[in-house]
Amino acid sequence: MTGVLSVPLLLASANDFSGAFKFIGNNPHLLLTLSGQQMVLSGAAIGAAMLFGVPLGLVLGHLHKGSFVAINLSNVLRAVPSLGLLAIMLALISFGFLPAFIAMFVLAFPPILTNVYVAVDGVDPQTVDSARGMGMSPFGVASRVELPLALPLIFAGLRTAAVFVIASATIASVVGGNGLGNIIFNQPSYGLAGVLGAAITVTILSLLVQGVLLVAQRYLTPRGLRVTRARGEATALSVAPGGAENLLAAGTEPA
Amino acid sequence: MLAVPGAVLPNFGQTSSCVRNNGLFCWSWFSQHWSDTFGPAIGQHLVLTVIAVAIGFVIAMAASLVAYRLPWAGAGFNVVFTLVFTIPSIALFELLVPATGLTRTTAEIALTSYTLLVMFANFVTGLRGVSADVLEAAEGMGLTRGQRLRRVELPLAIPAIVAGIRVATVTVIGLVVVAAYVDNEGLGVPILQAIQNSSFKTELIAAAVLAVLLAWAVDALLVGSQWLLTPWLRSRRA
Amino acid sequence: MSADRSTAAVAARRDERTPAATLEFDGVSKRYPGASGPALDNVSFTVPAGEVCVLVGPSGCGKTTAMRLVNRMIDLSDGDIRLDGDSVISRDPTTLRREIGYVIQQIGLFPHFTIADNIATVPKLLGWDKKRIQARVAELLEVVSLPPEMAKRYPRQLSGGQQQRVGVARALAADPPLMLMDEPFGAIDPITRDRLQDEFLRLQREIRKTIVFVTHDIDEAIKMGDKIAIMREGGHLVQFDSPAEILTRPADEFVARFVGIDRALKRLTLRRLHDLEMAPVPAAQVGDDAGPVYERVAASPLDELIVVDGEGKPLGRVGADRLQAESRVPDSRLDPVGVTAPETWTLRDGLAMVMTDGNRPLLVLDEAGRAAGVVTVEQLSGALRPNGSPAPTVPERGDPEVSA
Repeated sequence: MTGVLSVPLLLASANDFSGAFKFIGNNPHLLLTLSGQQMVLSGAAIGAAMLFGVPLGLVLGHLHKGSFVAINLSNVLRAVPSLGLLAIMLALISFGFLPAFIAMFVLAFPPILTNVYVAVDGVDPQTVDSARGMGMSPFGVASRVELPLALPLIFAGLRTAAVFVIASATIASVVGGNGLGNIIFNQPSYGLAGVLGAAITVTILSLLVQGVLLVAQRYLTPRGLRVTRARGEATALSVAPGGAENLLAAGTEPA
Repeated sequence: MLAVPGAVLPNFGQTSSCVRNNGLFCWSWFSQHWSDTFGPAIGQHLVLTVIAVAIGFVIAMAASLVAYRLPWAGAGFNVVFTLVFTIPSIALFELLVPATGLTRTTAEIALTSYTLLVMFANFVTGLRGVSADVLEAAEGMGLTRGQRLRRVELPLAIPAIVAGIRVATVTVIGLVVVAAYVDNEGLGVPILQAIQNSSFKTELIAAAVLAVLLAWAVDALLVGSQWLLTPWLRSRRA
Repeated sequence: MSADRSTAAVAARRDERTPAATLEFDGVSKRYPGASGPALDNVSFTVPAGEVCVLVGPSGCGKTTAMRLVNRMIDLSDGDIRLDGDSVISRDPTTLRREIGYVIQQIGLFPHFTIADNIATVPKLLGWDKKRIQARVAELLEVVSLPPEMAKRYPRQLSGGQQQRVGVARALAADPPLMLMDEPFGAIDPITRDRLQDEFLRLQREIRKTIVFVTHDIDEAIKMGDKIAIMREGGHLVQFDSPAEILTRPADEFVARFVGIDRALKRLTLRRLHDLEMAPVPAAQVGDDAGPVYERVAASPLDELIVVDGEGKPLGRVGADRLQAESRVPDSRLDPVGVTAPETWTLRDGLAMVMTDGNRPLLVLDEAGRAAGVVTVEQLSGALRPNGSPAPTVPERGDPEVSA
């Protein structure tokens, strides 16, 4: 496959990319407007998913109940391709913001719910026990112990959801969810330069959001947990089909 | 008589009233076009997926073995793979077009890129998860480094490895649908076709549902293979 | 019957036994880069072939370091370690390790291997043929008292004690002349640990390997060791002696404190009840003439008759007063047998039993459960006095080969 990336092709693509950057320079207003629309769609979907997913995950994790649903929902729904989901929404509802929004919500909800559940469920039982032993109410335990300790993993879920949703929101313009996809899917009007310019813009957008979320996570993570933050990240994306369970089964015993 | 509001007839041979009315799902149309449209699309979809996951597996495995020995290299891989993973799929596909054109190669480069982070993270977690006692015993009994890797570390990492392959595979099956924009193959093709045909619902739903079913089936297959590969996890605990 | 079979197995094993190796530490030091002091400081001792040497000391004294230098899990900085005269430094580490059994506290069984495959690990590395491996696995399961059907199970289906036996069997698989055991019973509950220790001592009497055994528990060291190496912080070897010697003549204040103020009591663990000169048991069978029996009871420290069956196993007791009133040894209304002790118990166990039983003389049973003798509290406490009864020159293990 590397042979394909030969020198003439690279030169040709360099030409295309300079056109792309020219397009970005010439159309900042258009790109900003479309980025804004895409962010509204993504933000609304992620916000709605958090509105339902975080409390539900907290309650289920606090009670250590519903693990089957909370964990397998992600596995089952991951198999739904974003474009396939948009296609189904198109068939069921038609064009517009609403089908795009619903599709984005369905994509964002599972990683958020699963990560909140796994995070809260996984808080050291001894910590929870000592909190209860000191007389904290169940609400106090959930809000002052479990939630802060679970934050790194919850943020990991949020970041995963954000990656999925921003990527999918680009495609959502095929069903009428406005965004940078309006340019990417309309090469006849904007030319290859426009398509590439929009692709670059959406890439930057996605990286920016990840960066902001990372910084926010660092701020919100209790200081005592920051030392282990790196490890939390590494496992974040592997909160995968039965991943956590299976890894636990392999088991490490403290020396 | 042909005037059905909002629906332009797909130009696939004779039409039933269901198709003319753009009903939610027309079985007859679906079965008519199974062999010329959906069957081949599933085949292409699978081929694209298997190639991407296979290449991704080799790269991720190599990277994770390096990262296992050299943690600083692992941090580097993690950053690179995370960056790639963060690029929206349609953007990555399009950004590759100037270099590799509207080809299967373009599709595979992007698809492979998306498998790396998930597999890498899982492989490393799996390798690092092998208990220190087991490694100590293996070394103490005189297994060489290579023997320890082949006979102890990799087998014990199988659950995590398969978990990584499962997520990667299911993710790729979803992304192959999008790849239809740059490579005219797979179940994304009928979806794009249907969108252009005034949202022909039967074709939209058929292709989307088939993609989901394909992902579930392949995932089940992988779960089954893990079950076969890890007899020691099947037994009940003492 | 099972006893016959295992003796036959032992006899068979004895013929093909690999000779045990002599282990020499010669001025061995280990320094880690960046550490302020040495982890092991100029340590020398020699473990004769077939003996158990226990390395004992507080944490950080370098005992585990010393052990891991032997199979080159780490490399020494100074001095030399020799196995039967050959320096380990000149050996390739992996081949060396295959000739040395290695048991660690966490056992480290391979969870993805069956028990049989775990035991077969080193034989497979050495390229034994399948039949030989199979036979060896079966033999070792018997040696460590695990039923043959365990072979096909996986480690997590076994209890902790069973897993540790598999760990020992795995280390023995290639019949190594030397075994290294790092707190092998440390993670096991006290009751199981005691049983495993006893089993291991019995096994060692059969296989006679040279064993380096690391523990932080002085009681375990006294129980398991032919030689004890007491170490202290900074990697110093403070005393290298037999358990009896260490208990009787601790080299310095540190050793004295480490073995504890109860060291006289601990010395009792070095001897077993059958090592004492026990008084004969006043025993008789049902229906025996009571007259002569009464005289024997009167002469015995035990103020009771022990009624035994045809094999000599106790059925019950009859008080001296009642016996005097009977003409024959009665068969009904016997008092329960009550407190007894197996002859393999240590004097310390025996003393504890006597003291909880109101200082009454103790009825001792042999391994078949027959009444073997009577031990009194005076005899047991007499063994406490350093000069009252001479400290045994050889730790008593009840093995005729030692005294022969």
